Amino acid sequence: MSSREQILAAVKKNQPEATMLPSLQGLSGNMPATLEAYRKVLESLGGSLFEINDTAQITDLLSEHYPHLQRVVFADDKRKWVNDDPHQLEDVDMAVVTGTWGVAENGAIWLTENDIAVRVLPFICQHLAIILPRERILATMHDAYEKMGAPQTGFGVFIAGPSKTADIEQSLVLGAHGAKSLVVFVLG
Amino acid sequence: MNRPTTDHATLADKFNENEPRVNWHDETLWWVRAKRDRQAWSIPEWELLRETASQIKLNVLGNLHDYLIQFEQQALQNGAVVHWAADAAEHNRIVTTILQRHGVKRMVKSKSMLTEECHLNPHLQANGIEVIDTDLGERIVQLAKEPPSHIVLPCIHKKKEEIGELFHEHLGTPAGNADPQFLTAAARQHLRQEFLQSKAAITGVNFAVAETGEMVVCTNEGNADMGAHLADVHIACMGMEKIVPERKHLGVFLRLLARSATGQPITTYSSHFRKPAPGKELHIVIVDNGRSRQLGREDFRNSLKCIRCGACMNTCPVYRRSGGHSYHTAVAGPIGAILAPNLDMKDYADLPFASTLCGSCSNVCPVKIDIHQQLYKWRQVLVQEGHTSGMKTAGMKVMSAVLSKPGNYKKAGKMGRWVLKAFPGMVNNRFNPWYKQREMPAPPKQSFSEWYAEQQSTKK
Repeated sequence: MSSREQILAAVKKNQPEATMLPSLQGLSGNMPATLEAYRKVLESLGGSLFEINDTAQITDLLSEHYPHLQRVVFADDKRKWVNDDPHQLEDVDMAVVTGTWGVAENGAIWLTENDIAVRVLPFICQHLAIILPRERILATMHDAYEKMGAPQTGFGVFIAGPSKTADIEQSLVLGAHGAKSLVVFVLG
Repeated sequence: MNRPTTDHATLADKFNENEPRVNWHDETLWWVRAKRDRQAWSIPEWELLRETASQIKLNVLGNLHDYLIQFEQQALQNGAVVHWAADAAEHNRIVTTILQRHGVKRMVKSKSMLTEECHLNPHLQANGIEVIDTDLGERIVQLAKEPPSHIVLPCIHKKKEEIGELFHEHLGTPAGNADPQFLTAAARQHLRQEFLQSKAAITGVNFAVAETGEMVVCTNEGNADMGAHLADVHIACMGMEKIVPERKHLGVFLRLLARSATGQPITTYSSHFRKPAPGKELHIVIVDNGRSRQLGREDFRNSLKCIRCGACMNTCPVYRRSGGHSYHTAVAGPIGAILAPNLDMKDYADLPFASTLCGSCSNVCPVKIDIHQQLYKWRQVLVQEGHTSGMKTAGMKVMSAVLSKPGNYKKAGKMGRWVLKAFPGMVNNRFNPWYKQREMPAPPKQSFSEWYAEQQSTKK
């Protein structure tokens, strides 16, 4: 008997009586789905937020707040780099991607493989910018999964704030292995 | 009494040699627990969330056979390769074979308590494969040649000066620099090179969705993603209890996990791996290693609901004052103490006794595992199976004889008060474990019964 069959047989024999799945109604409570609520949590995570009316404003805002950027990559500007070896993205200073959903309760933004063009992009860049249409801000994770539905891509990720660690004496340090900073441009 | 030299009490003694360090450890973990409380209180539906999570996991345990098959089918459709490992040895063999087939000599790994449980690193090393742990805390303990002491905060037992020393020795940072910001930046530089050169990456799995065959991996650092996306081969190792039925259930668990673990609203990254990227390989290793046996233990199966947040450790008065290494197992603290005896009753017979049974662990557990009750039940099992010391059994028999007969109890009380008064050295000595770190109380003049009887007679 293979390990698979052996394991499954043991599980079948030992598992308890099946119970019903609970309802997920009423878990969201009165959490607000507002920009103010989202901003508050994002800033507490070390992220920053700018309201914009047009994506054309982004370049100016970036050069104002990040004066030393050398290589900036826009995920929707699918030029040659998309087909390059992902290791070539190592010198990206700033990646700009568009988020699908934002979650006010925890500051997370859902990005799929389609949004980021190359899976490693939002992790390997030194700094990350996410564009989020204002009407895409939801209250809780339950709302997010309801909107997301079944997965359409091979990879997706919630990103909430910059990469961080507190492994050394619980001192919070931003910029562990992923982006050292996160800026969210709320559009509209 | 023949106690192994590695039992919890002996190791805790060692940890307690440095009192300021113990106090610092205690306070740091309590601070994390307090952060958890603030997050929990900010969600009015918190208790409903816990109850819901507990019920979802109960449903998983009752349908695990079918969910595992469903998960496998979906994962195969997604283009992943699924492996099944009955025990730690088979898990290690599977991982080694995959790596050898790709000629991997050096590779990156993000946090996985399962691979700690299976002792994967030494196995790979023996096969000529070097593993670089990439979670900062895990990298630190790896450089120190120690196991992690906490499942979420692997080097919580280390002071920054010691970490500065380690980095000076291994990464060439300036001697005496112990600034967390500086040391983290040095580790970022060092580990980036490893990520860029690694052809294979191992990650753990936080949740595996039966409905979609996808796996969710949560990190704050981004190390799982840096490893998995840059490598040609991603190996995800999961205990088979990591299953959740449907994608929407992730909402419940992701709301609970980081809030319970570190008091954050969510981890920075919650990555959903479904298909391998074009031209790459995704391997999923589903591991039993005693879990199916635990599933059959009615009193203990709920321990398989655990989502490895570590809240029970942060709150535990024993863990905070004895340190993770005193549990001599991959998963320390209260949850570890109910998981480990299932793996080896004899080796871990001491752990269910390393508790005051105060119940704080059960109160903070996001999936409502009855941890302290299971600790109590393990004690019964361990005594019945003969895994506790003869001294303890004899002591308990004497105690039972004294407490079950009021006459004996009165006599023993009288004798005890007299001994304490006349020969305090009989109890205030090193053979009495209760004397360690505390003075025995001064004996009262009379028992409560005697006092009560006296009050009644003077009233008349």
